[in-house]
Amino acid sequence: MVEHRFTTPIGEESRRLRMGDIVYITGTVITARDAAHRRALEILGRGEKLPVDFKGMAVYHMGPVVKKVGDKWEIVSAGPTTSTRLETYEADFLEKTGAKIVIGKGGMGPKTAEACRRLGTAYAIYTGGAGALAAKSVRKVKGVEWLDLGSPEALWILEVEDFGPLTVIIDPEGRNFYDEVRAKAKANLTEAYKMMGITV
Amino acid sequence: MIKAATRLISTAAIYLPQDVKDALRQAQESEKEELPKKVIGSMLRNLEVAESEKRPSCQDTGTVIFYIKTGEKFPYLNRLEKVLREATVAATAQTPLRPNSVNIFTGKNSGNNTGERIPWMEWEIVPGMDTADVTVVLKGGGSESPSMAKVISPAEGLKGVYKIVIDDIFEQGPKPCPPVIVGVGMGPTADIAMKLAKKALLRKVGQRNDDPEIAKIEVNLKDAINKLGWGPHGVGGETTALDVHIDAVNRHPASFAVGVATACWEDRRNTMRIRSDGRVEFLTHDFLNQEGV
Repeated sequence: MVEHRFTTPIGEESRRLRMGDIVYITGTVITARDAAHRRALEILGRGEKLPVDFKGMAVYHMGPVVKKVGDKWEIVSAGPTTSTRLETYEADFLEKTGAKIVIGKGGMGPKTAEACRRLGTAYAIYTGGAGALAAKSVRKVKGVEWLDLGSPEALWILEVEDFGPLTVIIDPEGRNFYDEVRAKAKANLTEAYKMMGITV
Repeated sequence: MIKAATRLISTAAIYLPQDVKDALRQAQESEKEELPKKVIGSMLRNLEVAESEKRPSCQDTGTVIFYIKTGEKFPYLNRLEKVLREATVAATAQTPLRPNSVNIFTGKNSGNNTGERIPWMEWEIVPGMDTADVTVVLKGGGSESPSMAKVISPAEGLKGVYKIVIDDIFEQGPKPCPPVIVGVGMGPTADIAMKLAKKALLRKVGQRNDDPEIAKIEVNLKDAINKLGWGPHGVGGETTALDVHIDAVNRHPASFAVGVATACWEDRRNTMRIRSDGRVEFLTHDFLNQEGV
């Protein structure tokens, strides 16, 4: 387990990440959930530009609790949402936007893993539920786009400092840490059954 | 009373029950590898930040669900539902909570955590009771993924139930934000089994079923689940479940229903007692009584 500290824009250094490593990010993290991924791909599909440049940035599967103080937004709680819902879009999204790290929770599938291998990108998890801790590393809300999608689904452009610990689950070699833990859990199923007197 | 109910909801989002915090600390100690220790470490640090800055510990502040135990002698019975609804709106604005109430057909978010019969209320009427115990649960979306009810053949019996529970937790892996708390209900019909599983989650971590035989099964099933090795957030480790709570009622001779429910590691539940004179006592978090309402 190696610890990395990255500053955005992230370049080729993302290729050094290996599953099980820990990363902290300083710089710009942009949130995008289902509706935002869908809209981004529609816009890019028409050959138009997105309101914010994702190149070298981290895309974060997150819908924050927000508070507006005067004309300024404040992030109150900012933990990850389940990434599996984004599996349909993420490979395309990474390819077309140039984002370098995907952050979420719960894991992603083979399409994303293949994209990570091809593009030298990675998928990492932030501890699910640790929303207060995540919000603490947000220095500033730099902007917000697509608020018409509702605040959880909007693009929140966040300036973060030492955002982490993030655990690398899919690395730029396309290996998926969760597949390995699942394989071990599967091997342990027989023993778990035996403990409860179940014969299969 | 609205003020007290608002406080009940707000503080549920900020403070975890002591039993859950203790169980997480214990889990961190029992982990052998650095990575799961680190993951639980960030959970514990998150709880400290939430408490010191009085902000919701998780951004998914859940669906607001109330479990109410009261009786016909409780003088505010006819007002309670309205009070809890208004408190939900107030707590959403004041805490703040994330608006999580979406219309099934239009997909529109109401913006204040209320909507068609939401917040959901489960009433238990106890004849003669003149107080009301109100428990709020903030139920996160991710930890609903393992929820299921199934009717099995009575021939499969208890072992069939254990297999369903183990397979479910194995299959869902990191999705419900482990270490989870597992509720298992058994009875004659799917809805009864599910309801028992859900209500079993209201028990404290470590609080065993009164029946020593069932209590033994709870401990064994927890050990079997933890044998899987998914660990905190699925990074591999000793603790996949903090606890297992089982509740069962008699079944029909021909049907055996099983319900499985989970709470994520941020098991946000909070109980208050409203007395017949209107005084309120917070039961989950004693310190709330000292600050005054």
